[in-house]
Amino acid sequence: MTDTFKVTVTDIQTVASSIKEFTLSPVEGQLIPFSAGSHIVVEMPTEEKTYKNAYSLLSQPDDPSHYKIAVRLQDNSRGGSVYMHTQVKVGDSLTISAPANRFAPLWQAKKHILIAGGIGITPFLSYLPEFERRGEDYELHYLYRGGQTGAYCNELSEQLGDRLFCYDSATSPRCNIENLMSQRAPGTHFYICGPEKLIEAVMTTAKQLGIAAGYIHFEEFAAPKPGNAFELELKSSGRLLNVSEEESMLEAIEKSGIEIPNLCRGGVCGQCVCRVSQGKIDHRDTFLTEQERSSGDVIMPCVSRAAGERLTLDI
Amino acid sequence: MNIAINKIQTFRDDFTYSNSPEAIARFPFPFTDDEYKYTVNMEPHQPKDGENSVYARFFDIDEHYLSEMKERSLVLAEMPKRCLVMPHMELACWDMIEKIMTSLAAQYPQHFSLTQDGDNWCWENKLLNIKDSFVFGDSSTLPKPPMEYIGRQIQGDFALLDQRDDDLFLDAGIVTCPADWSLMFDAGMSFSEWHGPVPMAPSQNIFERALKYLVAIPVGRPVRRLNWTLTVNARMDTASETYHKWGHERSEVNAENVAEKVHLRVELQVIDRMPRSNALMFSIRTYLISLADISTNPQWAQRMHRVIKTLPPALIEYKGFARYHQHVVDYLAQFDESAAGD
Ligand code: HEM
Ligand code: FES
Repeated sequence: MTDTFKVTVTDIQTVASSIKEFTLSPVEGQLIPFSAGSHIVVEMPTEEKTYKNAYSLLSQPDDPSHYKIAVRLQDNSRGGSVYMHTQVKVGDSLTISAPANRFAPLWQAKKHILIAGGIGITPFLSYLPEFERRGEDYELHYLYRGGQTGAYCNELSEQLGDRLFCYDSATSPRCNIENLMSQRAPGTHFYICGPEKLIEAVMTTAKQLGIAAGYIHFEEFAAPKPGNAFELELKSSGRLLNVSEEESMLEAIEKSGIEIPNLCRGGVCGQCVCRVSQGKIDHRDTFLTEQERSSGDVIMPCVSRAAGERLTLDI
Repeated sequence: MNIAINKIQTFRDDFTYSNSPEAIARFPFPFTDDEYKYTVNMEPHQPKDGENSVYARFFDIDEHYLSEMKERSLVLAEMPKRCLVMPHMELACWDMIEKIMTSLAAQYPQHFSLTQDGDNWCWENKLLNIKDSFVFGDSSTLPKPPMEYIGRQIQGDFALLDQRDDDLFLDAGIVTCPADWSLMFDAGMSFSEWHGPVPMAPSQNIFERALKYLVAIPVGRPVRRLNWTLTVNARMDTASETYHKWGHERSEVNAENVAEKVHLRVELQVIDRMPRSNALMFSIRTYLISLADISTNPQWAQRMHRVIKTLPPALIEYKGFARYHQHVVDYLAQFDESAAGD
C-alpha cells in the first residue's frame, strides 16, 4: 500500500527513436524527494484495464520540483508503454505512487560498477548525482543499439568523461563482460539493469570468476500485484459484497459497516484472520503457516484475495 | 493541547521525576490482554485516542521535555559514543532533521518554528532557546553533527537503519535511554543479529515476519508498536554499558518501597521510511510511570497484575525483574478482585 497522487505531464521529449522522456510536475506544492535508484508506479487507465507500470526516476533525487521517467515502446506490447507513447500529451494528468526503492546503491562499496542495457540506463541516472556528491568511485558501462535506444549518451559522456564506457552494438565492439568483471579490487560491487539476457550473462561470469552473489545487484521490479475483482459473501450476516481491483477485502468489509480486528494491514500481525467456508484463496500474507494455507479455511483479508470469482467467509 | 512543560527534574541520583495527573491519564498503557506474549504488534502510525493522546502527533512532546533533554546532555557529556553515525548515513541524518523539524514546527508551532528558503533553513526551538540558520544538507553549517544536533532537541532515542539486500543494519543512532542494550555493541549489526538476545520470539518467526514488513514500508506510511519492561527508579539511562550504576538497584526493591520504586517503562516505537536515503528511522520514545501512579487507575492495576503474574519465566528473566517479580505481583494483587487470597 503506497500513497498515490496526481501529477501533470509538463514535457515530453523523444530521447532515442523508441524512448520518450516524460517530465511530471506536482499539481500543487512539491513532490517527495527520493533516494538514488527509486521508482514510481504510473497508473494508465486504458479502455481494457488500468495498467500499473513501474518506472525508474531519472531526475535529480533532491529536486522536488519535478520527476522524470523514460519509457521505451515495447515491441508488440498492448500494455502501458503504448499508452504512454500514443495517448499521453503535455498537460495531461497522471496518477503515480510515492517513490519506492528496491535498487539502492550499497554505500559501503569500495567501487561501483554500473552495467546498463538500453533503457536499463534509467535507474543509474539518479545514482550519478549522488555518487558525485559523496565522491564515490564508479564506472558506467552502457550497452545499447545506436539510434534505437542509446538515450543520454552525449550528456553522459560530457558529465562522466572516462568513467563512461559505451558499447553501441551497431558500430563498436561488443562489451566483453568477463574483461569488465575480472581483476577488480576487493569491495567492488556490480549493478545491472537491462534485459534478462544481460543479467544472466553477468551472473554466469560472476560465478566463473568466483565473485560472491552479495556483490551483484540487479533491479527486481516489485510492481504491485494486480488484484482481481471478485464477489465476497459474508455467510453469517448474509451479505454479498463486491471487492474491486483497487481495494483489499478488509477495506470492502469495513465499507459495508462490519468491523474486523486489525493492526498492521500488511499481512504480518495475525489480527484480521477470518474463516473461509467456500472458495479458493490467493494467500499473500506472511502470517499463516504452510499448513494453515493449504487447509484453505483461513485467510488474512488485509492482503489476501480470492483466487477465483467468489469467496465465502464465515462472518 | 497546550502542554505545560515542567521545570527540570532528574532521572538519576535523587530521582525527582514525577508524572502530573494529565501525564498519567495519557500514559500509553501497553496491555490489551490479561496475558502478554510477543506478537508482530505493528499498526499504521495514525493519530488515535483524541487530541491529548501520545498518538495525536508524529512525535510526542510532553511535560518532561526539558528534563529529558538535560538528561541526554548529561549522558552525552560522559559518553560521547552514545551518538554514533557511520559515514554513509549522513544523508539519512538529514532526512531525520527534515522529518523532525517539519513535524515539530507544524504540530507544535508555539514551541518550534522553521523557515525554508530553498536550502537555506532557519530553525527556532523556543523551549531550549536555540535559533540557528544553516544550509540543508551541508553538515558544516550546523553547530554540531546533524544527528547529535537534532537528537539533543527531541525526546526519545533514535536509530537509522540502512537497508541492504532486504535486511536492515543499525548504522547510526543516538541512544541515551535504552532498556538494557548498547548502541556501541549493536552498531553495524543486522536485524536478526541485534535481536539475538531476545528469547522465545525466534521460535514463532516473529522477527522474520517483522523484517519482511519493515523492508517494504513505503515513504509516507509510518508504523508504530509498543514495547515494555520494568525499571527500578525513574532511571532513563539503563544502558548495558552503565549496568554497574543501576543493576544493583534491582535488589533494593521490597514490599514497602515497591509502589514508588518500580516503574513500568513503555517504549512507543515509530518506524518511518526516509525519502532521500531510503533508510528507516526508528524512534523509541520512552515513558516511565511508577506502580503507585498506575494504581490510580484500577483497571490498569488489575490488568497489569494479571499480566505480570502469568508472564513466562524466560521473559521475566530477559526483562530483568526476576529478583523483584514477586513483590510486584503481591503489590498489584490488591487491585485484582479475582486475586483475593492469592
Ligand atoms: C527496525 C527497528 C528496530 C530496532 C532498531 C530494534 C532494536 C531492538 C533492540 C536493540 C532490542 C534489545 C535486544 C537486546 O536485548 O539486546 C530489541 C528487542 C526487541 N525487539 Fe526490536 N527493534 C526493531 C524493530 C522491532 C520490530 C518491528 C519488532 C516487532 C516484532 C521488534 C520486536 C522486539 C522484541 C519483542 C524485543 C524484546 C523486547 C522485550 O521483551 O523487552 N523489534 N529491539
Ligand atoms: S491486519 Fe495484520 S495480518 Fe491482517
